[in-house]
Amino acid sequence: MSDVSVIASFDLKLLWETLFLKTYNTRLVVVSVTLLGAAAGLIGSFLLLRKQSLLGDALSHATLPGIGIAFALMSALGMNAKSLPGLLAGATITGLLGVLLVLTIKRTTHLKEDAAMGIVLSVFFGLGVSILRMIQKIPGQSSAGLESFIYGKPASMIASDRLFIIVVLAITTFACLLLLKEFTLLCFDTNFASTEGWPTLTLDILLMALVTAVTVIGLQAVGLILIIAFLITPATAARFWTNNLRHMLWLAAIIGAISGWLGASVSALLPKFPAGAIIVISAAVIFLISMIFGRARGILPRFLRHLDLQRKVGRQHILRSTYEILEKTQEAHPIQNLPIPVNLLRKHRYWSKGELAKVIRQARSEDHIERRPTGEICLSESGFGEASRITRNHRLWELYLIKHADIAPSHVDRDADMVEHLLGAEIVRQLEAELDLEKPVVESPHVIEAT
Amino acid sequence: MRPEHPPEFPLAIHDLTVAYHRKPVLWDIELNIPQGTLAGIVGPNGAGKSTLLKACLDLIPKTSGEVLIYGKPYEDQRDLIVYVPQRESVDWDFPVSALDVVIMGTYRKLGWFKRVGKAQRQQAREALEQVGIGHLAERQISQLSGGQQQRVFLARALVQDAEIYFMDEPFAASTAATEQAIIELLQNLNAKGKTVLCVHHDLATVSRYFDHLVLLNMRIVASGPTSETFTRENLHKTYGGKLNLLDDVAEALKNVGR
Repeated sequence: MSDVSVIASFDLKLLWETLFLKTYNTRLVVVSVTLLGAAAGLIGSFLLLRKQSLLGDALSHATLPGIGIAFALMSALGMNAKSLPGLLAGATITGLLGVLLVLTIKRTTHLKEDAAMGIVLSVFFGLGVSILRMIQKIPGQSSAGLESFIYGKPASMIASDRLFIIVVLAITTFACLLLLKEFTLLCFDTNFASTEGWPTLTLDILLMALVTAVTVIGLQAVGLILIIAFLITPATAARFWTNNLRHMLWLAAIIGAISGWLGASVSALLPKFPAGAIIVISAAVIFLISMIFGRARGILPRFLRHLDLQRKVGRQHILRSTYEILEKTQEAHPIQNLPIPVNLLRKHRYWSKGELAKVIRQARSEDHIERRPTGEICLSESGFGEASRITRNHRLWELYLIKHADIAPSHVDRDADMVEHLLGAEIVRQLEAELDLEKPVVESPHVIEAT
Repeated sequence: MRPEHPPEFPLAIHDLTVAYHRKPVLWDIELNIPQGTLAGIVGPNGAGKSTLLKACLDLIPKTSGEVLIYGKPYEDQRDLIVYVPQRESVDWDFPVSALDVVIMGTYRKLGWFKRVGKAQRQQAREALEQVGIGHLAERQISQLSGGQQQRVFLARALVQDAEIYFMDEPFAASTAATEQAIIELLQNLNAKGKTVLCVHHDLATVSRYFDHLVLLNMRIVASGPTSETFTRENLHKTYGGKLNLLDDVAEALKNVGR
């Protein structure tokens, strides 16, 4: 059957039944994968903030030999060689061994952590693949199905396992919520945490234990190659929407749950596709959407904020330029609001014709500038007030920069409109005190250039 | 108990040696910091100033030696100490607000598993007010300037009622206004009888800021009241060959008498 016909063959009834959990079997699968997604999103957030994402990857790859060895051991002992708790215990042991090896290599050699992880990850995975091949020859026990741990196959979970999985997930989620404050402190400032008397090593081990639990539990559904994406993608996607840790944790859990639900449902509909891949692709789509639209750090909102700022700066430039020209062309004080020819403005700031037309259009739409029939432009009453305020702020800002040039660079290009806010009222007052406040607009600290 | 390090000293260090990868960075440190001083630790880059603080706080292993807080080992006296790390030591992109960071200072008293409540939030707000950035409480920390971030760290130290403050370069990246505000805070603490220990690198302000001075260059060159310790000879010994800042030193020394 070609893929096209697979996709064409499912009918809407099946889709409905799967997405909304109408059949008992898919219900169990989808519920456990959804819960897994939520737990992975929550704990993955801390893994991400602790900057240990790749250690999670090394961990998951190192579980494979454990699965093979556990299978061989259990069949040698005459037990059910595919008992899930037994296999997962084996996975946990070699997984942790892998992590321990990474840390040991890092500590005893001068190798960096990424190199150590690369080595451990590939060696353990290779070892695991070899062991799986060898145990195929064990008589009496079929090792078929063990490869679902590599790519993931939620449907291979049997009902009694699911209860086990759900209980483990509930425990890990509860533990993570209980240790919210402790993990936050650990991830943000380990040294401080340690001087405050928190056992940072123990906390790190606890965090790693929770990551291990989620990884190992998720092996069957997502597969060991892709489980890392389940831990990291929801967390990174959530980060685009918020700067608040609590919100980020909630969102990551929700995004993880949605990708788990989508992935498990779709893979129930399309049994030929590996579930792990579909789950990860679902998460990746949400990630992509978050990256573009995320309110806090998404590309589009940032771009829009940038445009907005540009527009504001353009408006301020034209108002200030007009004011400066008025200042220059008049002896009288206070200065009068008179019309000025457009080309004078153009020379003043080296605007191109198009740019100038655009900013004038904007300023007119805000009723700051009026165009006279003679072709000259003139500030409106509100525009004149705004222009004098902007000019004054700009000069205060310049004076401030001259006096305290070591201000944070990220703030220098900020909107001069916000000068009072940025400098703090006290400094503005200080600056004002140094200036002649009889004048509504202070004199420019430098010669105003052009014509 | 060691006779040369009586328990009235808030910090006493005996024969401390610290090595990174077997290369010693601190040699045979012997030091007493008297009660109620505002003490500066000064020395060239790579002199081991931050390392000294970290070794005292068990953040890096000691090769040999002993650190006593009021005559007892550090582990028993943790509650008396607050550490203010270097600003660069944390990721300021972390998704928390200024207030959240300050609240972290209340975690120790709260203890395991307990949630942050109104009382802690109130305390943190007051500390932010005290360092002059109460209006920035809800700001995400990456949107603060360097000086403001430094103040957040300071506020986190202030919510704890400690006896000894270990500060690693609290004046780094500060504007003149921030530096003034910080030193006033430290002097305030000092006036309440607290002992403050600061890693510092600006020789020009040493005599104005600190009443006790430790000159360090992998070993203790001199330690004592600033008026006696901050001399041309000692600075020469501390900065040694690296002293192409001789002019800075001369400038700094001019201010000693003031």
